[in-house]
Amino acid sequence: MPKPEYLHFFVDPNRCIGCQACVQACTECDTHRGESMIHLEFIERTRSTQTVPVVCMHCEQPTCAEVCPADAIKRTGDGIVQSARKSRCIACGNCVVACPFGVPELYDDRQIMMKCDMCYDRSSVGKKPMCATVCPSQALFFGTREQIEQLRPLSTPVNRFQFGAQAISTRVFMMVPAALASRAPIVDVTAAMDEQPHERSLVLRTIPPAAVDNDPFAGVTV
Amino acid sequence: MAAIPVDDLKITTRFGPHRSAMTGVRLSTSVEPERLVKTHCCFCGQQCGIQLKVRDNEVIGFEPWEEFPFNRGMLCPKGVKRYLQGSHPDRLLTALRRDPTSAQGFAPMPYSEAIGRTAAEIDRIQRAHGPQSVALLGGASLTTEKTYLLGKFARVCLRTPYIDYNGRLCMVSAGAANKKAFGIDRTTNPWSDMVGTDVIWVAGSNVAECSPITTNYLWQAREQGAKIIVQDPRITPVARTCDLYLPVRPGRDAALFAGVLHLMIEHGWIDREFIDRYTVGFDDVARYCAEWTPTRTADVTGVPERSIRQAAEWWGTAKTSFLFHARGIEHHSNGVQNALGTINLVLATGRIGKPKSGYGTIVGQANGQGGREHGQKCDQLPGWRDISNPEHRKYVAGVWGINEEDLPGPGVDAYELFRKIDNGEIKALLSICFNPKISLPDNTFITRCLEKLEFFVAVDFFLNDTARHADIVLPGSLHEEDEGTVTQVECRVIKINKAVDCPGEARQDWRIIQDLAKALGRPHGFTFNSPREIFDELRVASKGGVADYSGITYEKIERQMGVFWPCYSEDPETGKPVDHAGTPRLFERGSYNPIAKGAGPFYFPDGKARFNVAEYRQPVDDASEEYPLFLTTGRVVSQFLSGTQTRRIGPLVDQYPEPCIEMHPRLATKFGIQDGEWTVAETRRGAITLRAMVVATIRPDTIFIPYHWPGEKSANRLTVAAQDPISKIPQYKVCGCRIRKADKPPAYAAQLEPQQ
Repeated sequence: MPKPEYLHFFVDPNRCIGCQACVQACTECDTHRGESMIHLEFIERTRSTQTVPVVCMHCEQPTCAEVCPADAIKRTGDGIVQSARKSRCIACGNCVVACPFGVPELYDDRQIMMKCDMCYDRSSVGKKPMCATVCPSQALFFGTREQIEQLRPLSTPVNRFQFGAQAISTRVFMMVPAALASRAPIVDVTAAMDEQPHERSLVLRTIPPAAVDNDPFAGVTV
Repeated sequence: MAAIPVDDLKITTRFGPHRSAMTGVRLSTSVEPERLVKTHCCFCGQQCGIQLKVRDNEVIGFEPWEEFPFNRGMLCPKGVKRYLQGSHPDRLLTALRRDPTSAQGFAPMPYSEAIGRTAAEIDRIQRAHGPQSVALLGGASLTTEKTYLLGKFARVCLRTPYIDYNGRLCMVSAGAANKKAFGIDRTTNPWSDMVGTDVIWVAGSNVAECSPITTNYLWQAREQGAKIIVQDPRITPVARTCDLYLPVRPGRDAALFAGVLHLMIEHGWIDREFIDRYTVGFDDVARYCAEWTPTRTADVTGVPERSIRQAAEWWGTAKTSFLFHARGIEHHSNGVQNALGTINLVLATGRIGKPKSGYGTIVGQANGQGGREHGQKCDQLPGWRDISNPEHRKYVAGVWGINEEDLPGPGVDAYELFRKIDNGEIKALLSICFNPKISLPDNTFITRCLEKLEFFVAVDFFLNDTARHADIVLPGSLHEEDEGTVTQVECRVIKINKAVDCPGEARQDWRIIQDLAKALGRPHGFTFNSPREIFDELRVASKGGVADYSGITYEKIERQMGVFWPCYSEDPETGKPVDHAGTPRLFERGSYNPIAKGAGPFYFPDGKARFNVAEYRQPVDDASEEYPLFLTTGRVVSQFLSGTQTRRIGPLVDQYPEPCIEMHPRLATKFGIQDGEWTVAETRRGAITLRAMVVATIRPDTIFIPYHWPGEKSANRLTVAAQDPISKIPQYKVCGCRIRKADKPPAYAAQLEPQQ
């Protein structure tokens, strides 16, 4: 059974608290039990507690599949890019290198690439993926467009990403602060790579940046 | 003779903590569960609903429970992996007796023999030294039924005044402040009231790590327009994106609240009508706050003056608001004053007792609320009754079928109880659900006290660090092996359901207590056949008390997915039987309560809330020339309390294996310390060596150490045993400290696994 068309996956890194409930829950999913397919990345822990949960974005034209010499990666009709097929995967690692989001991983012991499949055993029967069900901050949200619009007035779902010359559209949405999204409904990932995280960052609100302390501890002597 | 029987390392080799893993049926995807049991997580006070997968009397996994209204399927990593505490290699399957001749320090013994020997020792010591020579320690992770039974067991069976519990480390500052200000101790509103409010003030709560599910309420409130103010010495994940961050110097919270109220009064950002009509004591508070000018407040608290002004303006001018606090302001020798400071901010605005406006403390433990209401606290009887109040004593003695004069008076707090062990007044101890060797401050002293006990019996499912000192260990039950109720953070009474039977000779804790009563020859009042029977007596015992549970039944809990107390069996106004749904929101205008009897919404005879002067006092053992830094302690998200359970769950250990010393890069540079290097943290009590974690998200004059580990890794080797004079909560959140780079790795690094 395919994943219902009206249900979507939304990622909102602004909400993420780095608790790793998603990582722990991912290992409980039947399609990859015991292994987490989610990466929970600290941007730069020395500077900030900011974290980003990385799930497969399920590209409309998946780079991983395009570069696969064995034609092992399939996108099912419902837009879900599946893990490599066991019978075909040659564990060459092309997909690992090519994926602009850094999602697929090679499992050397099994000689196969595995990645997030949106908990296909759950989402294909109308359940939420494990990570989005448990996520305590709902940085990972699974539901309808109407629900997300009603619940998140401060941000806009965006599913277009620019990596240098490559433009990608995805099945999974990234929540972008509404003010930014209204200027450009696309995330320029390459341009953002030079940005440094802040100890404190306020992107959802309209409070002027000048009012936010860049270093709230500037006045503390040691 | 409660010294450790053999070398600690040998005990660890046998009894752990070892790490469980997903193996066998827990890893298999072809094994279907026989059933799903709807219950709750065993860890924090949020009490998330969860379904446990059960097969062959084993918990083999979990499934989210999306219908439970509080968390709607959400779980933190502890909740996700909680099921791995079952079928654990470290599980105690028999009773143990101390045996210095055995390689591992303990030898198994038959359960009935262990009960017999325990009863004989208690009897012997009580005959020789009086009933008060025996003490009990309980805990707030136990079901309310068990805490009720423990309180009754201490007073009726053992006839000792000396019972207290680990909530002393947790909720007592909030509890005392609530009683003083409102006459009732609970959070005022359900969490759903947070969404739609104008401003939320989070005072000393690392929500993301200690109560993760509350995060979604916070963020959802922000989406609907709430401004979030976070007060913390660390930029916690929630502080990272909050609207206003108040980087308070540890131990200065009361000063901050006074400074903010000062500005609110100055600008007229207070609700005069509410203050006049519904409160008393405002003028004294205003007089006290007059001293707290913005300049002085900034100077004392370390919070920039403009941030104090911003906080006062946002809080003062909001139409609706929510303030909650947690251990960050409560774990202080000034803890009650700190909590009262927040209450003053709430009362001054009149924003309480309404939808979208409330106040609360985020309880720490599973039953942090229910566990503090029904009598395992040293000065308390069921229903939040007072053990010194003649009327209350008479009522409860009547329920228990004893003479009022046979009911002991108030005992002492958990730390004072150890001082009484030290001075020889208390000679025997029964401990359950408490691991003071890790969790009490200055725990080197606690170890010395344990060694002085003439007889020590511990009830636990794993051999916790304190139980290593025991003469007898009785094998108790895991959360999923028993049923009962707990009261979660919103004061919703919920039902814990049994998923599996106890393995081996392990017993449900309430049976163990009753077996002891029987063996002591005093079974009267300890012949319950089920938790339901205990709960039914508790309903009667709590009836008419402030924490009235009389209208709650297991069926009602199930039907309503929780019942907020007070829940009456008889209408307090008319005295007629009533099918009461419970009280989700307190203090609504025009509401009736049995104390005020219609005079007002608060639980005092005049129906008015109390302002209390919330005085700032400098912390005990403050930073000084000799110890120039502040040490503060707390939790990480993947561990819980003293780690007896979570340090045995492999994936949770992997997430954060060992404690680190969090410090700011500027501080690290000063001492030539790099991230990951061994560092010594030292206070007047002792020194421990841990790896440095260099992060810019903490005040540069402060270090943070999480407290979940034992022995040489224990943060509580460093903390000070200073206590709040009213609540007796220890001052975990601040003491003077110094650091230096270690010359070499500590000896434990080569001997112990990270979780040990």
